[in-house]
Amino acid sequence: MTAITDRQKLAYIAAQAADARVNVELETEGMTLNMGPQHPATHGTLRIVAKLDGEQVVSADPVMGYMHRGYEKLTEVRTYPQVTTLVNRIDWLGSFANEVPFILAAEQLMDIEAPPRAQWIRTLLFELSRIANIVLFLGDMAVQLGALTPVFFAFRDREHVLNQIESVTGGRFHPNFDRIGGLKDDLPKGWIAETKAAMEKIRTFCDEIEDLVMGSEIFEARTRGIGVIPPDIGLQYGLSGANIRASGVDWDLRRDGRTGMVYDQLDWKVWTHTDGDSFARFWVRMQETREATRMVDQLCDGLPSGPIMAKVPRIIKVPAGEAYVATENPLGEMGFYVVSQGDLTPFRVKIRTASFNNVSITPWLLRGVYVPDIITILASLYFILGDIDR
Amino acid sequence: MIAALDLPYWAQTLIKVGVAAIVVPTGAAIAVYLFLFKLISFMQSRLGPMEAGPHGTMQLLAEVGKWLQKEDIVPERADQRLFKIPPFIILGSTFLMFVVIPAGPTAVVSSLPTGIFYVLAVSSVSVIGVLVAGWASANKYALMGGLRAAGQLIAYELPMVLAVVGVVIQAGTLNMQEIVVQQSHGAIFGFGGIGNPYVLTQLVGFVVFMIAVQAELGQTPFDMPVAESEVVGGWMVEYTGIRFLVFFLSEFAAAVGFSAIASTLFLGGWSVPATWFDPMSGTGRFLMHFGGPIILLTKTMVLTGVIFWVRFSMPRFREDQLQRMAWKFLIPISLLNIAATAILKVVM
Amino acid sequence: MPAPTPKVPGFLKGLGVTARTAKETMFPDGMLRNPVPAPSKGAATVQYPHVKEAPAPRARGVISLNEDNCTACMLCARECPDWCIYIEAHKTLAPPRRAGGKPRSVNALDRFDIDFSLCMYCGICVEVCPFEALYWSPEYEYSEVRIADLLHDKSRLGQWFETVPDNEPYEPGAEVKKKPVSRKGAK
Repeated sequence: MTAITDRQKLAYIAAQAADARVNVELETEGMTLNMGPQHPATHGTLRIVAKLDGEQVVSADPVMGYMHRGYEKLTEVRTYPQVTTLVNRIDWLGSFANEVPFILAAEQLMDIEAPPRAQWIRTLLFELSRIANIVLFLGDMAVQLGALTPVFFAFRDREHVLNQIESVTGGRFHPNFDRIGGLKDDLPKGWIAETKAAMEKIRTFCDEIEDLVMGSEIFEARTRGIGVIPPDIGLQYGLSGANIRASGVDWDLRRDGRTGMVYDQLDWKVWTHTDGDSFARFWVRMQETREATRMVDQLCDGLPSGPIMAKVPRIIKVPAGEAYVATENPLGEMGFYVVSQGDLTPFRVKIRTASFNNVSITPWLLRGVYVPDIITILASLYFILGDIDR
Repeated sequence: MIAALDLPYWAQTLIKVGVAAIVVPTGAAIAVYLFLFKLISFMQSRLGPMEAGPHGTMQLLAEVGKWLQKEDIVPERADQRLFKIPPFIILGSTFLMFVVIPAGPTAVVSSLPTGIFYVLAVSSVSVIGVLVAGWASANKYALMGGLRAAGQLIAYELPMVLAVVGVVIQAGTLNMQEIVVQQSHGAIFGFGGIGNPYVLTQLVGFVVFMIAVQAELGQTPFDMPVAESEVVGGWMVEYTGIRFLVFFLSEFAAAVGFSAIASTLFLGGWSVPATWFDPMSGTGRFLMHFGGPIILLTKTMVLTGVIFWVRFSMPRFREDQLQRMAWKFLIPISLLNIAATAILKVVM
Repeated sequence: MPAPTPKVPGFLKGLGVTARTAKETMFPDGMLRNPVPAPSKGAATVQYPHVKEAPAPRARGVISLNEDNCTACMLCARECPDWCIYIEAHKTLAPPRRAGGKPRSVNALDRFDIDFSLCMYCGICVEVCPFEALYWSPEYEYSEVRIADLLHDKSRLGQWFETVPDNEPYEPGAEVKKKPVSRKGAK
């Protein structure tokens, strides 16, 4: 046993005093449990400092930043194509979706519009990223709750989508495909038919998950009524994406924001749920996956012919100005605020990520729940650490 | 058969103990390979271990070798002696369970007259091992897992015992060998074609027993003590190497043991219906010396398969839901089952 | 909108899903047509390294160098986000194009190394090269025991050139024209 320094002694006494404030009536001690940064349930290096009274949470604070990579500083010394490469790695499960708002902001500054075929394929790959991301969520929430099998189905059927992304872009996880003015390359022969076959498999997967997970009474018992987010509280905390739509707020940037993608030419609907609990968030994401497969089918059918790239100079110097573009990424609202001073590199890029705001509600949400419910709530909020910490 | 060789009692006991000591880990190993390596893999569209031995049959041997050569780590702040005890407690209670399970007309280590009572009592000793492991690990996650286990394992002892009481009333004896013989020689309303396996008349008891067994083993949907995504291994989290190997093998040996008990009590154990051929006399008895263990093994593996099939398909309960299910649902049902059995036994 | 309530007791349906998947893995042709279990055929996984799946032709596996085309313009080294390309060149005199003319001064490559331990596989170098000296190849089996061996020099990069696939045809409706991979003179 090493000797305890005075400082450690004081820290120990302070911790005991804090624990003693818990449960004064029964005069029992509370327990501070550190979940993470290495923990199977926290999707990465998130740390939740939970003060427990038995199995009930008195307070819980998330500690973020274990994966901070300094993106906003990195972008100040990288050219626009290099930033596109880096930005793939923020939300690494649906990584094409990260490039899009940045490219749209740069296109807005350069006053260039991508040709229609490029916009359609951009939307196609965006929805494929959404499917890849949310399919993993459907399996992952089940495994957090103890069902070992659905996550394997998720990875198995996600392979079809990743293979499609690979045959177009060359990379399964980091496509690096979006360019200012269009896309890097066009679709290889046979891709449309293969993608439609992959969508069939995703729809079968959704049905399997509905039988295996959503229909299970145990799953319902674990998720109904857990982690209810009232819509006004959710909006105050800046929640976005399926989290807020599950509380009944009908807000979807694909329909309500101005983007350079072709959602207004498709026939689709926004799914909402009134309960606002973990089950509602799972349900909304399941329906969104099905809706995304239908959108991909429509995009495959209606693809216009034409060039894939607008006339863009070889060395890209973006004129001075500021632009903010936010899109409905798989995790929520992701926005890039690009400030340019006419150089090869952006002057400042501020990245507004969805998971940062989604996690900020955990102190409010985790009071008074049981320890297993912490896991359920974190799983249903669905954040990616790269998205929180950048 | 061993008695026919006219050996002194101590030699017979030694042979029986030796055979049991080989059979139990082998049974556990078969269960591990078939279900943990292969069944879950096929359910997940993958193949499981394939490299070690043909189709991965030697994988458990390779894993045993891996665990044996690991460093013996005891946490610094753990209670040193208490930390080392639980593997022995749990191993002992698991092995003791197999003493009264009959595998043939005379193939039983000791045919105690209080067979079932002894088995249920001895299998509850493992709770102490779990509690000690959870406390002695000096780890908050282990403590939480141990306390959850305490509540769960004690709560589900009752439905298990009460489910078995129905069988005991119907058979009129606690002796396991007698119960098997009664099922084999029995008849349902005069029709002796399939004997009288108690699963037909005690279906409620059978279902309650299997649910309680799932909870006693700590398998999903009742695996709160070792909930991997929450307490990351629960009470077992600080155990590595040989100690973990002991926990792992006794978990599967207990699964095999409880399935053997269930197949003995409800499915007729090692015997076949007496109308096919009498397993207790003549050539039937001679055949059953060899066929009995095989029949028991088959029935046991089927039930173990069901246990693991449910384990790999379900999410887990929260502990308060788990407790509510035991106290408010399973125990009243099993009490009703006992009452109905008693009434019908007297009436019919 | 409230979620639909399950009709069959939900967990029984879940058991059915796993049982059905196990059956499809073990008997991929159907139990009646081929009652012998064949899980190797029915599983969704392949047993690498006994069986290898071919990646897509566009897959970004490794970068290959066509040394004859390279003029050491340094564009790839400059544009790489990681600065993992190391180029050294010197000027020499090449023979004149026609007899009686002046000797031309060209860049001759001394060193062209790509450090694949730093490479992000983004493809900017391949895209930016004006002389089509760099190509993507879907080869991926080049892991090494030492990190230093991941620095591929000129000759090794040239050896990858054999594995570069030809450009594939596009979907109907595409108007992209890409120059075919020039293989004459490549080592």
